[in-house]
Amino acid sequence: MKIPLKWLQEYIGITLTPADLANRLTMAGTEVKGMQDIGGSWANIVVGQITAINPHPNADRLSLATVDLGTEQQTVVTGAPNLKVGDKVAFAYVRAQLVDGHSGRLFRLKSAKIRGVVSNGMVCSEKELGISDNHEEIIVLPMGVEVGASIADYLGDVILDLDITPNRPDCLSVIGIAKEVTALTGQGLDLPEVSYEESISPIDQQISVEIAAPDLCPRYCASLITGVKIAESPKWMQQRLLACGMRPISNIVDITNYVMLEYGQPLHAFDYHQIRGKRIIVRRATDGEAIVTLDGIERTLSEYMLVIADEEGAVAIAGVMGGAGSEVGEETTSILLESANFNPASIHYTGRTLRLPSEACMRFERGIRPELTLPALKHATQLIIQIAGGQAARGLADEYPGKLEQKPILLSTSQVERLLGIEFSLDQIVSVLTSLGFDCKIRESEVWATPPYWRSDIHQAVDLIEEVARIIGYDKIPTTMLSQPLPRPDPDSIIRLKQKTRCSLVGYGFQEVITYSLTSLEMLNRLLPEPHPLEPMPLRVANPMTADQEYLRPNLRANLLAALCANRRHEDGGIKLFELGRIYLPRQKDLPEEPEMLCGILSGDRLEKSWQGGDELLTFFDAKGVMEGLLNRLGVEASFEQGSEESLHPNKQAALVIAGNRLGVVGELHPKVSQAFEIGETVCLFEINLTALLSLTIGHKIFQPIPKFPSIVRDLAIVVDAEITHQEVQNIIKGYPLVVQVALFDVYSGEQVPPGKKSLAYRITFQSPTHTLTDEEVNRVQQQILSKLTSEFSATLRG
Amino acid sequence: MSARKNLQSSLGTRFIVPSFEFALTPLLLIAYNFKTPMIKQLEEIESSALQELGSIDNIKQLESWQVRYLGKKSQLTKILRSLATLSLDKRKTVGAYANEVKGNLENRLEQKRQVLREVELAASARREDIDITLPGRPFPVGHLHPITQTLYEICDIFVSMGFQVVEGPEVEWDYYNFEALNIPKEHPARDTMSTSWIDSGTEGGERPMLLRTHTTSVSARIIETMHPPIRVVEPGKVYRYEASDATHTPMFYQIDGLAVDKGITMADLKGTLYEFSRRFFGEDRKVRFRCDYFPFVEPGIEMAIECLVCNGKGCRLCGNSGWIEILGAGMTHPQVLQCGGIDPEVYQSFAFGIGIERLPMLRYGIDDIRLFYGSDLRFLRQF
Repeated sequence: MKIPLKWLQEYIGITLTPADLANRLTMAGTEVKGMQDIGGSWANIVVGQITAINPHPNADRLSLATVDLGTEQQTVVTGAPNLKVGDKVAFAYVRAQLVDGHSGRLFRLKSAKIRGVVSNGMVCSEKELGISDNHEEIIVLPMGVEVGASIADYLGDVILDLDITPNRPDCLSVIGIAKEVTALTGQGLDLPEVSYEESISPIDQQISVEIAAPDLCPRYCASLITGVKIAESPKWMQQRLLACGMRPISNIVDITNYVMLEYGQPLHAFDYHQIRGKRIIVRRATDGEAIVTLDGIERTLSEYMLVIADEEGAVAIAGVMGGAGSEVGEETTSILLESANFNPASIHYTGRTLRLPSEACMRFERGIRPELTLPALKHATQLIIQIAGGQAARGLADEYPGKLEQKPILLSTSQVERLLGIEFSLDQIVSVLTSLGFDCKIRESEVWATPPYWRSDIHQAVDLIEEVARIIGYDKIPTTMLSQPLPRPDPDSIIRLKQKTRCSLVGYGFQEVITYSLTSLEMLNRLLPEPHPLEPMPLRVANPMTADQEYLRPNLRANLLAALCANRRHEDGGIKLFELGRIYLPRQKDLPEEPEMLCGILSGDRLEKSWQGGDELLTFFDAKGVMEGLLNRLGVEASFEQGSEESLHPNKQAALVIAGNRLGVVGELHPKVSQAFEIGETVCLFEINLTALLSLTIGHKIFQPIPKFPSIVRDLAIVVDAEITHQEVQNIIKGYPLVVQVALFDVYSGEQVPPGKKSLAYRITFQSPTHTLTDEEVNRVQQQILSKLTSEFSATLRG
Repeated sequence: MSARKNLQSSLGTRFIVPSFEFALTPLLLIAYNFKTPMIKQLEEIESSALQELGSIDNIKQLESWQVRYLGKKSQLTKILRSLATLSLDKRKTVGAYANEVKGNLENRLEQKRQVLREVELAASARREDIDITLPGRPFPVGHLHPITQTLYEICDIFVSMGFQVVEGPEVEWDYYNFEALNIPKEHPARDTMSTSWIDSGTEGGERPMLLRTHTTSVSARIIETMHPPIRVVEPGKVYRYEASDATHTPMFYQIDGLAVDKGITMADLKGTLYEFSRRFFGEDRKVRFRCDYFPFVEPGIEMAIECLVCNGKGCRLCGNSGWIEILGAGMTHPQVLQCGGIDPEVYQSFAFGIGIERLPMLRYGIDDIRLFYGSDLRFLRQF
């Protein structure tokens, strides 16, 4: 909210500089996010008085104005049509900084010769001073201003731009802020006196008010003014509205807005003669009920919305926008002025649903107090009589079914100390609360504090404590460290598993990426070599911001592949990326499952290109090696079996099996999928479900003693059918006693091996925990292994 | 040691000059008297061996020298093997002498080998001189994402203050994201957190599901499930229904903190946050606590640090205020504790929430938040 300092100063004397005031307000919860210094740049612009106006010798539309500046006189050329001798004007000397009337840019005034006449200075419009867009007319100042004085003294101001938190609708007003400043500075408050003559017959003879939905309308007040004349509002009011960011419309509308800014209570003016049956009924809308609002648009309402209706139908959407039918226009002569209080949630719902945010809506939905209605109504009525003429009906309409008294709240010094960690005396506490308008009754070390009528945010002791803390200042509260006992220690958690995993992958040369959790069906469908509907369908966002962020990802692959494709545009060589994040798997009538997944992709050169060579490409076995290394580090025993994922190459993929469960996959991307992601190279991918893995990584490791006796190493090269897998052979070798390690060191098929066969070469380590092995012992076992391999796989020793 | 060494030392001169030896001591006389052709032969072997050794200048020659004078087929070996055929007396003198010669030659061989090795090493060092300015053979280097790094750094700070790291669901019930945090339906605070709702079909209206708008939802769950003493930090992704621009992304990270126990005060909260700032932003960075409003705390706090660019003087980054907002905090609202089954009359609690992206943006001068989630290696490799 924007608040002109001069307006604020009408209610409270302020001795602080604007910067200090801004700082005090900010620290106490009302953030001043900006300050606009109007007139700060008005050096060399002073009040002048026109003493003579003569025609320009060379131009019909221009004239020569002689201006008295107190110490001297200047004659300048002007094109303004509204000048009269005797007017007091804003006179800019040469060197003054002004806004160009046409381009809107700042410029510095120079001496100029206009159609042959030298002009040393100029008389200014509002636009040239930067206070409005009016460039047609020269500013004419009130007669009371002193000739020669700086113009900033009269037209200058500082506009505070405040960020009001949602709990303080009372601060959405100049008086509300004045009350804050009172508490912060101790300066007294001087609120406007309101009195006017009520000269025509009582209001209740001219209008009846009925609240049919008291839950949504706790209070409805109104006044009636007849014989008004619709016109422009006075300049000073227009200027204040403009400074606060509101557009002047007409005297009546401007007064309702002005009083809203002043008190924080929205008002609405009806054309009294358009109220049919002279009845106001505050009721819920019927489903589908329509009303044309002030902006000329027909709105369809629902039963959750509140309307102000007359005998025949809705005349306004309560608290949100008036109806076109009862709008105050040029012909209006009688005003029914509404000052009501509406249920905040209902107004919020209506404003949000109809997409009609407004200044009024913003105040109602934050919950202003019903007690604000009367003071605001009275002041507005008075201003209407003063400015638009007319006579007020006797009395006011005031239906108040939802009266809620402010209740006293008990606060003790010990409560304050317990929450803040610092002791304040009862005197200090009471003095703060009193300065904020609380009614305080002291009982020993406690105080019963009743909130002032304008505060709607104070309900319990902690609310009072915040008031005390923020006015005394948060900087007065000491800083201490927690001294309570520590919580129970953490169990082994997914947090640690994730950290270990990330660090391992970074160590293997992978770059971590984080991608959006939201994706599109189009992106997910790229993972399918043959199109088919996704099963299950991923979770959908009901209100997606963009089409590419509509579904919650059921895997990490799609985003990683897109990332690879994007990086390929500027990146040669090997790319190794991983993401560790959640996927979202829908469940019936419940939140989705959100397992933590690891997905890595690798593609391109195995080693960074270097002067020492390295032309190999990353393959399936690099991906598998990364997985094995990671699982080894995590202390997990795993095996691999043929995989069956459609997105991967049918023959180059393996499922990761841990404790009988498939917890991951490794493989080469299906060529059609690569193509769909516009990747023209072989991509390998691995995935592990870390959430499922977690329980398997917990458990104590048991120390294995370092062998006391030497080992014997033997190489064994066999030839078997090409279909026999390494794992089958290895399992057999590992099954023999004394065998402690089996390492495959060569796989060969080609010239020296018969067709359809392959050679596998193993390095087998034999060791006994009890004695030094002899060659004979090892020979025996090796012979047994060979016989077994021969009988199982028809293996032959490779010569 | 032996006969010959004694001889040598008592003569005070070198054995290889035998012509002056014999006249000097009786012992030598004895030796001389026993000087047989075999001894003479040994003397010759020794002297020619030593002479040859002097002119050797590489290991290869040395090796062939060794074969010739000390090898299995060398004269010296032959003599040593023939000792058995000699008489006892002769065997004693010739044997002793022959072994002395062998020992001497072996010593000289070893000395020469050392010398030649040194020479060889120096030569090979010259030969194998490398250009140490050539780049090292590249080892693969990966980087943690800057957001991960920041989160780990923050978690470490709070863990060192006794906090535990916990997580909660990203797809959340309206209840934990709003209701349990004192933000009922139609509360204006909901407007400040534009929400992405989950399309949960026809039953959605009853129990709305959403993408959590803040990690404070995890605090709501913790209050409900854990018993004091509670000290947790809750990092994670959060979502807003917002268009992307240089300062907004629909997904970003937060970390919330929560402490619940008897006797926790706002002074403890200030101390904890101050300590965080001290460690994260440095000892000298000024910190400001001001009143702010969040529905789930009372009193509410906003913590700001002195602007990192202008150090408080006012600049574009800090909107001329000199301060940069870092986090929101406060004493947990009694309503929120009560809602989760913790008695606010018995327990006090504080809470805080930090937006993550801003921190690396400030630290590294990153001007576009979207870079974090664009997966561009040219960006990610910088951290």
